[in-house]
Amino acid sequence: MLTFTLRRLLTAIPTLLLISLVIFLLVDLAPGSPLSDVPLTVPPDVRQKMLEAMGADQPVMVRYFLWLKQFFWIEPLYGIDALLGTDFAQGAQRIISWQSKVPVFQIIGERLPQTLTVVGTAYLIGVLIALPIGIYSAYRQYSWFDQAGTFFAMAGFSVPTFFTGNLLILIFAVNLGWFPTIYDTNLEVVDWASFTKMLAQMALPVTVLALFNAAEISRYTRSSVLENLGQDYVRTARAKGMGEQKVVLKHVLRNSLIPVVTVVALGLPTVFGGAIVTEQIFKINGIGAALIGAINVSDLPTVQTVTFIFAVLIVMFNLIADILYGILDPRIRYD
Amino acid sequence: MPDGAEPVLDVRGLKTVFKTRGGEIHAVNSVSFHLRPGEMLGVVGESGSGKSVTMMSLIGLLPSPPAEVRGGEVLLGGRDLLKLAPRELQAVRGAKVGFVFQDPMTSLNPVFSVGNQIMEPLIKHMGMTKRQAEDRAAELLALVGIPDARKRLKSYPHQFSGGMRQRVMIAIALACDPDVLIADEPTTALDVTIQAQIIELVKELRQKLGMAIVWITHDLGVIAGIADRVMVMYGGQVVEQAPVRELFANPQHPYTRALLKTVPSLTGERAARLEVIQGQPPILSGAPVACPFRARCAHAHDRCEAENPQRRAIDGLPVGQGHDVACHWSPEVRHG
Repeated sequence: MLTFTLRRLLTAIPTLLLISLVIFLLVDLAPGSPLSDVPLTVPPDVRQKMLEAMGADQPVMVRYFLWLKQFFWIEPLYGIDALLGTDFAQGAQRIISWQSKVPVFQIIGERLPQTLTVVGTAYLIGVLIALPIGIYSAYRQYSWFDQAGTFFAMAGFSVPTFFTGNLLILIFAVNLGWFPTIYDTNLEVVDWASFTKMLAQMALPVTVLALFNAAEISRYTRSSVLENLGQDYVRTARAKGMGEQKVVLKHVLRNSLIPVVTVVALGLPTVFGGAIVTEQIFKINGIGAALIGAINVSDLPTVQTVTFIFAVLIVMFNLIADILYGILDPRIRYD
Repeated sequence: MPDGAEPVLDVRGLKTVFKTRGGEIHAVNSVSFHLRPGEMLGVVGESGSGKSVTMMSLIGLLPSPPAEVRGGEVLLGGRDLLKLAPRELQAVRGAKVGFVFQDPMTSLNPVFSVGNQIMEPLIKHMGMTKRQAEDRAAELLALVGIPDARKRLKSYPHQFSGGMRQRVMIAIALACDPDVLIADEPTTALDVTIQAQIIELVKELRQKLGMAIVWITHDLGVIAGIADRVMVMYGGQVVEQAPVRELFANPQHPYTRALLKTVPSLTGERAARLEVIQGQPPILSGAPVACPFRARCAHAHDRCEAENPQRRAIDGLPVGQGHDVACHWSPEVRHG
């Protein structure tokens, strides 16, 4: 398993390099200029100076290799320095946002925790809701519980989050006034009062995302459990006199989880993408909001870096899914 | 052959129905049989004759719905299994009655070690600790002829061959020292040499442990070699029942006779073609009012259409004790 993991990590490197190049070229080819926000009254020679100052006048390949060096070498050095108080980076040039002129990793460091709090909680709750619903729906196939589950899963999956988000805001925040409409990014949890406030502002976005995720995952769980319930080994377990709980929650579940793990692990990075919309609706100043803002003003270093981090997450969760397979199913051994 | 002892398993008038959209399927119709301690009963019949469904009905292994056990009694050690609550029945399954299924490739759970799967019933029914169960599981694996048993406990089903897996299944079925072992076509999915090994193993275990065995098969050759008594099933009913020698020497039911003719002979003149039973097995919709075999029977007459034959003894012993047959026709009596 260890050699497998190492091998997979090594093969991930060329994959990620290729992805970074593709992202860089795509972002570079997109129309727009980093100076589109600058008033037209600024004379051309000043504009040229501004471009030079940002390094945006350099050829695309030069900028790409510079970015590679900064991303994989200089930024980690800064990371180590920040952790250990050393000075390995020695003031080398970091990846700087063209928009705000601060290091991109500083922006990410401020925004990512916001997203992770909301998206992470929502995903966890989504999975925790989806698994029991999926298992019970399959166990009592075509019961009223299963029918209701099917209906809500279909509805939850087909209605987009930007609709359910606004609907919930209208009902629970505007009309009933139970929850705030806007997510306060600066809120720090220091005592009980601020903690309940945090819970209140997280409630709506987390609900929207959790329902959406739960809808999908519960469907996968249901069909996977259903498939396994008909297997011969289930009959064997019953013939051994095992109780229904043991039959379903031990014998069936372990087998059913294998495909579900794929969906859960590979779904996590895409949730960051989906959360961009939710962040906009609930005004959460997360990583998605930062990405949208950067795209709007052609802030190429930020767009490139954030998108690439998403790519890294996808590759990483792919690997995690593969490792989990091996743990769940002894027939899958990679060495 | 053990005789006269109280039966360990006594089944009377068992009826099982499957409810489907197209109506009810009467899969098991008034099946009665008993099993004496240490006896081996062979159950033969073609696919869909109700062999497996009968045995699964006994201990509530059929999914309900669609299956429903409509009537009858299943007496095991004086208790009627059909009247037990699900939880009480669980305590019987795997403890008093062991089950071995047809396909060892799919009957073991692929994601748990065989040790784990053998230990489960030991921990549940015998109240063993994990350590005791492990010792017993290793004993059982050795008993069913798996070398290096203790080490193999940690292996997973996919690391065993088909025959080895069936040995593991037998070890699971015998784990709690059951009174009755039901083997549902345990050798059908195996190739011939492995079949012979498994049959030898079961014979040997029966001598060692002394449990009664129900052996379901459609292979008459196997039955001839191991069973004490044979029950022939057709269309969800018992059509003939007799001690094994008697059945092969003196078959009464036209179906049994036809079945015996379909077995290829290894000696003597080679027949040009093997005999077949013409026609299809019956579809068992509707309650049985006629003989299920009438459409394929060479001796069918008006009475077969009008009345479902009851089992009648042909050797003077009570039905179920000696040789009995459910047929209106008999070889000795000529019908108009």
